[in-house]
Amino acid sequence: MLDKRARALAVTGAALLAAAAVSLALAQGSTVDEIAKYRAALQDGNPAELWEARGEDLWKQPRGPGKVSFERCDLGLGAGVVKGAYAQMPRYFADAGRVMDLESRLLWCMTAQQGTSDADARKGLFGNGNERKSDMEALVAYVTSESRGTKMNVALDDPHVREMYALGEKMFYFRGGTHDFSCATCHGEDAKRIRLQDLPNLTTKEGAQKAYTTWPAYRVSQGELRTMEWRLYDCFRQQRFPELAYDSDAAIALTTFLARNANGAAYAGPAIKR
Amino acid sequence: MADPMKIRANLVGDSTEVKVLMNHEMETGQRKDAQGKTIPAWFIQNVTATYNGKTVLSAQWGPAVSKNPFLAFKFKGGAKGDKVQIVWTDNRGDKRTDEATIA
Repeated sequence: MLDKRARALAVTGAALLAAAAVSLALAQGSTVDEIAKYRAALQDGNPAELWEARGEDLWKQPRGPGKVSFERCDLGLGAGVVKGAYAQMPRYFADAGRVMDLESRLLWCMTAQQGTSDADARKGLFGNGNERKSDMEALVAYVTSESRGTKMNVALDDPHVREMYALGEKMFYFRGGTHDFSCATCHGEDAKRIRLQDLPNLTTKEGAQKAYTTWPAYRVSQGELRTMEWRLYDCFRQQRFPELAYDSDAAIALTTFLARNANGAAYAGPAIKR
Repeated sequence: MADPMKIRANLVGDSTEVKVLMNHEMETGQRKDAQGKTIPAWFIQNVTATYNGKTVLSAQWGPAVSKNPFLAFKFKGGAKGDKVQIVWTDNRGDKRTDEATIA
């Protein structure tokens, strides 16, 4: 049995430890709160609207050698129908014979319908200020903004989509690269962070919904609007994975997995992120 | 030619709330490019808001203002259906004028 002094010491020690833990939790909590406040303050004047406006113009313009506008582009709800289309993507497109996310579908419309060469269509997928404005990022901003408030509803009825979902799930948990990382390494637990950014836990319904419905987003630190394909591309880079090819089945499979897991939540993008 | 601004103007009580998003690089002149050369400063210098030909806001900006700036302000008066006009001029002499109808 402990004598009185030792017991008193032990109790003080425990109290000190508890106090330290509380202050640490408070510090973390307040940082997260402050970032949330920062996002809310910026949401009102989200520059993503500038991309949405430019994208809407691009959507209606006759483009490519075929002088065909995107109003002939079918995003799954009929030619030219934009409203609510993003909330049901990725989906299987019989005319292209593959499951496509929004970016892939737009690329397909540019090449197959508008007659733009594949190389030209892939120029400037990621914008860089005034020197290289990305049509793709603007178009994606416009299309996604037309699904704002629509409930995510990605169907797995089609066997092709089911296959992509299963592949995406496998990729999400697949460890590889020089750091032996998987997506789940960072996105499989609550309260993980990179520096001060809290990372969503994508294995929970709530986490997946919150994350997926707020992409694409305007990144204040880059002054650019970034799409889901960019998000995945950059995650791969951070994991030291091989470069993720734009419009690849790998990118579409992961997107299918994430989009489907967000089902039921109202789409809220394009959002604003630090 | 710069891309258009996005302007919203709403009548709230007896004043008009105006929110403007501008499309601009707002280069500070402090950054260097990949070759180590300074990227020249390029930013909006003057912003003027007019309502019925009367200036309701006049601002002088510098390179400390962020890229794609957002400006919110309100002024007394205004009526639904009237127009608010915003003009900016940058240090290269480029100019952009846009207007919005008060809702």
